[in-house]
Amino acid sequence: MSVWIAIVATGLGCYALKLGGLVTPQRVLADPRVRRFTDLIPVALLTALIAVQALADGRSLEFDGPRMAGLAAAVAALLLRAPFLVVLGAAAGVAAGLRLLGL
Amino acid sequence: MTTVQARGAAGPPEERAQVRAGVRDGLGVGLTVGVSGLAFGASAVTAGLSVAQACALSLLAFTGASQFALIGVIGAGGGLAAGALGAVLLSGRNALYGLRLAGTLRVRGWRRLLTAQVVIDETTAVATAQPSRAAARAAFYATGISIFVTWNVTTLLGAAGAARLGDPEAVGLDVLGPAAFLALLWPRLTAGRAEVAVAVAAAVIALVATPLLPPGVPVMLAALAVLPALLRPAARRAGAGDGDEDGEAGA
Repeated sequence: MSVWIAIVATGLGCYALKLGGLVTPQRVLADPRVRRFTDLIPVALLTALIAVQALADGRSLEFDGPRMAGLAAAVAALLLRAPFLVVLGAAAGVAAGLRLLGL
Repeated sequence: MTTVQARGAAGPPEERAQVRAGVRDGLGVGLTVGVSGLAFGASAVTAGLSVAQACALSLLAFTGASQFALIGVIGAGGGLAAGALGAVLLSGRNALYGLRLAGTLRVRGWRRLLTAQVVIDETTAVATAQPSRAAARAAFYATGISIFVTWNVTTLLGAAGAARLGDPEAVGLDVLGPAAFLALLWPRLTAGRAEVAVAVAAAVIALVATPLLPPGVPVMLAALAVLPALLRPAARRAGAGDGDEDGEAGA
């Protein structure tokens, strides 16, 4: 399997899933529990994504000090109600700064 | 896309203000998060892809986590079939997002075919954070178009300049993804106790499953965290606006 085939297959598969959700008949949402489910799904999946991106490297868990410090800076900025760009700037700045210092 | 949004722009002043705020949110998220295409382009070339392959993957797959998953497998010398399958599995959440967004977007025909490509984490997060349907649609397309353009342009720049950029981690690019998602989730996390419970459970499930299952599967598995909230008797009216009915709202 060449890399190109893997790329095209991944592209097609990802697109099919995106379209699949959009074209699924909305009557499946008639049940309030299903609606509640689709309401909460982004919360669950995005939090899981944050956790994995922050604490995992492939299949191993790792604690990266500067990365976690960057995320802590993001939380602090959010608690201070900073705008979106400031939150991202604080996170990347703290992580980059600590790495520059060799921590 | 202008016709899609035209209806929202015809509403009362309050609604127009919400639509404008939604577009602003969307552009802010799209332009800033899209820049992490730099990190993807650089990582892809580092993993052994050509510049053209990196760009094709960003155009076709257009869902960051899956793209990183595939090049991670390629870089580690793993099987391409398993890598592609894992990447597609990881994007399974986009199907759930589509299910959630279909009623908000209400697109048909060729517009739906184009819209599908930008049903991703960022567009869903921004759209579901809006106070009205018109604002949600405007925010969705503002995010989708700006992030699609930025992500693909910066993929090219990152891939072409990989040698010069050096280590993306050195400039903190690896923190941008989780920090952006955290900022997007923040209003939901401070909106109610059920949301916080779901979030904590989801993070625990994903982390516990990470060493045990192939990349991509743990995040999907975290969807199970939603189930306890559904089993509670007499579930609250769903479908009402997000957050308003939460007694614990505030912060």
